[in-house]
Amino acid sequence: MGGRTFVWVFAQMHLFLAAFVLAVPLFVLIIELLGVLTKDPRYDVMAHEFMKISMAAYSFTALTGGALAIALFLFYPVVMGYLMQVFRGQTLIYAALFVMESLFLYIYYYSWGVLRYGNRKWVHLSIGLVLNAVGLTLMFVANAWATFMMSPSGVDPSTGAVIGTVWEATRNPLWNPLNLHRFLANIAYGGAIVGAYAAYRFLSAKNAAERAHYDWMGYTSNFIAVCGFLPLPFAGYWLMAEIYAYSQQMGITAMGGILAWLFIIQAVLIGTIILAANYYLWCGLGRTRKGATYAPYVKYIAVVIVGGFLVWVTPHTLILTPQEIRLLGGTNHGFLGPLGIMPAKNMAVNLMLVATFLSFQLFNRSSREPTVSWARTGNLLIVALYVVGVLNIVGAGIYGYITPTVYKVGASVPQVATTISIIIFALIIDGFMSRGAKRSKVHWGRMSTRSQYALFVLPIAFTWLMGLMGYIRSSVRTHWHVYTIMKDTSPEAYIPTIGQAGNVITMITLIFMGVIVFVFWLSQMGEIKQAKPGGKISK
Amino acid sequence: MTLLRITVFSLAIMFAFTIFANILPQVQSDPPQTEEIDESSLDVAGQIAWGRRLFEGQGTCTLCHNNLGRAPDLLELDLAATLPERIADQRYAGAAAGLSGAAAIEIYLRESMIDPSAFVVDGFGKKGTNDTESPMPRVDAAPISLSATETDALIGFLQDLAGFEVTVALPSAADAVESANVEETPSEDVWPLTSAEDIIANLGCAGCHDLFGSGADIGPDLAETVQQMQRHQLRAAIIDPNAEIADGYEADFMPPDYAEQMWASELELVVDYLIALGAGEAVQ
Ligand code: HEC
Ligand code: HEC
Repeated sequence: MGGRTFVWVFAQMHLFLAAFVLAVPLFVLIIELLGVLTKDPRYDVMAHEFMKISMAAYSFTALTGGALAIALFLFYPVVMGYLMQVFRGQTLIYAALFVMESLFLYIYYYSWGVLRYGNRKWVHLSIGLVLNAVGLTLMFVANAWATFMMSPSGVDPSTGAVIGTVWEATRNPLWNPLNLHRFLANIAYGGAIVGAYAAYRFLSAKNAAERAHYDWMGYTSNFIAVCGFLPLPFAGYWLMAEIYAYSQQMGITAMGGILAWLFIIQAVLIGTIILAANYYLWCGLGRTRKGATYAPYVKYIAVVIVGGFLVWVTPHTLILTPQEIRLLGGTNHGFLGPLGIMPAKNMAVNLMLVATFLSFQLFNRSSREPTVSWARTGNLLIVALYVVGVLNIVGAGIYGYITPTVYKVGASVPQVATTISIIIFALIIDGFMSRGAKRSKVHWGRMSTRSQYALFVLPIAFTWLMGLMGYIRSSVRTHWHVYTIMKDTSPEAYIPTIGQAGNVITMITLIFMGVIVFVFWLSQMGEIKQAKPGGKISK
Repeated sequence: MTLLRITVFSLAIMFAFTIFANILPQVQSDPPQTEEIDESSLDVAGQIAWGRRLFEGQGTCTLCHNNLGRAPDLLELDLAATLPERIADQRYAGAAAGLSGAAAIEIYLRESMIDPSAFVVDGFGKKGTNDTESPMPRVDAAPISLSATETDALIGFLQDLAGFEVTVALPSAADAVESANVEETPSEDVWPLTSAEDIIANLGCAGCHDLFGSGADIGPDLAETVQQMQRHQLRAAIIDPNAEIADGYEADFMPPDYAEQMWASELELVVDYLIALGAGEAVQ
């Protein structure tokens, strides 16, 4: 195992853990606030429980971060020396932020009980806000270093000499797209992981009350994961567009060159995630009486999602041999045309996202009977919204298919806009319709064992997906440490094959899962008290 | 028990992803290799062949200049007509404006490579710049970083491809003087041949392949195998025969140095001929 793999493993481990511990306080704060606004104590209990899991993971984050730093300075002293020169005092700010993050995290968690009611609760919420502000800043700073290596700015392009301020290096072309992408992905990731915790607790629950609690927690986690996930393809689109704008060469290397196959795996992983999340939602319809009557519609959503999935993973071209791929970028070629710019695939992705949102809306509706006078009109409006939206997405897809290459990419913009519009308008209409709606009981805990396995698929697929994206993000720099500035002249300057990368990613995922199981075990152990010898057994 | 079941389930999923990644085509992408070349001994033909190799390899030009519409498909365009058209374009205000002939083409090509935004081909500009800014990177700066002699070789290759006289200097000054002499007294060996039959006869392909009824069987019967090959594969098969070996044959039989022996235009003629042969349209 070479130095590069070593750094790869630690960097990815650190990223997984950091993504998790940064994401949890974000949605915990929102859930806590919801608890205050709705005066429903269950929210507060759940928020606290989410925090407990993330606390147990925090020290691992610091540990892997330290190991990563050591590995980097050990194996890449020159690169690190250069980055230190570019970012100067920012490294100290980073260290200071890290200390603050730890401080606020501990205060936020341990003051939970003390600052529970009235004005004190608002103090607690404020601490949470500061914690998140510090956490996000921390991530943005780290992102600046990663994106500087991809699209350096603030340095002389021919010599690499530092000529700009730290801020100029920070504000490089890819910084903000990556910030947004990671922000959303973290939320989805954090949701997926606490979902697995809930599923595990659900499966090992001893009584109905526990089952109900963890079912609800699982549902909320899945909801958070999907909320973070739905806008992610659009953030990805922005990131990709900025990469093309920064360097067409880098863009083509990512999408149309030897890395093109990677997007087939990405499609499989995202398809897996969407299928699992939807399957879980469909199972959840059984929690309400009305939901069960929606079962016939689920068939059609399933058809759209599975169909979209198949379109997405089907390569448009004959399978390329390694020889042919080697010729890509090396020789004139005619294979990847339809695969590189994929209107049909865009159509599939957007339809899948719309279908996922529909699954949510169905569940939401299953426990609410609108009583407003215009309920019928409202329903028709929503149906019309979906129909027009889907037609628009399909139409743009077909248009993209028949127009010349250069305009194909353009067709995906109206598709994305349509998907977002459907979601926003459906939410608005639904919001007004549910005013004074008759609520029917949701039987939390009425879930099959099988449904819970969907909640394990999510974090695994997410972890793998993040690993894969890490591989491509680093690979587009090709043989450069700092693109166009500092070459990687070591024997490890090559881009590994997708199989080699897959093996490393699986290895990292395994280690990470091991850590997570340990973390779950730790946080569960906190609840168990040993019976006093000779005394009564207590939980 | 629950934990065990979850673990097995999770491992199975991870295993499935791993298998999938491993059954896809596996390609390792190595950093571009700078070709060790004895620049001082290059002749014009060698320089053009070198230019072609740079175009398809180290220069990464074909990453964009291909048939996917990202950039003008230089290898397929009718350059002989296109390049003078560019110089005559109303919008063109570069150094070659008002000039014509091979020298003007050299200026235009060099400008396209060193200062791509000097003139941006219609519709290929960066988004939102109204064709005032080219997405093409300067070839003399990172990441492409070609040297002056490499850039010359590329220009020579493109000039030759367009059917113009090659006007760039050879790498060494001494050789440049020599080449000037050559240019004054062109001989049969130096100037490109214009018929595929002559080139093939000259290079002795029929000694190994069944061409012109030679019946030779050391190499594959091209009339048959060529049908499955695309243009770029044919070029590669001729100038880099050991990169991919035809089924049932061995490496190192076919001479690996045809790139040095042929003009770029000659290579295209041979490829044309072979394609026609595969389609049954050429005399064998
Ligand atoms: C990142 C993509 C990219 C790469 C790599 C690239 N080019 Fe270009 N090139 C373009 C685009 C886009 C244009 C059209 C816009 C313009 O006129 O600048 C172009 C235009 C040209 C032109 C002018 C063509 C005409 O029709 O007038 C020449 C000559 C050229 N490139 C040569 C090269 C060579 C030689 C290389 C390799 C060393 C190369 N290019 C690498 C994108 C690229
Ligand atoms: C010394 C013998 C020899 C000579 C001379 C020779 N070839 Fe070949 N050629 C072979 C052999 C052997 C193979 C099969 C091994 C390989 O693919 O490299 C081959 C393969 C090829 C192929 C690939 C065929 C396939 O099915 O993949 C092409 C095209 C080709 N030769 C063209 C030419 C041309 C054009 C010339 C003349 C410029 C030429 N060869 C001269 C021996 C020769």
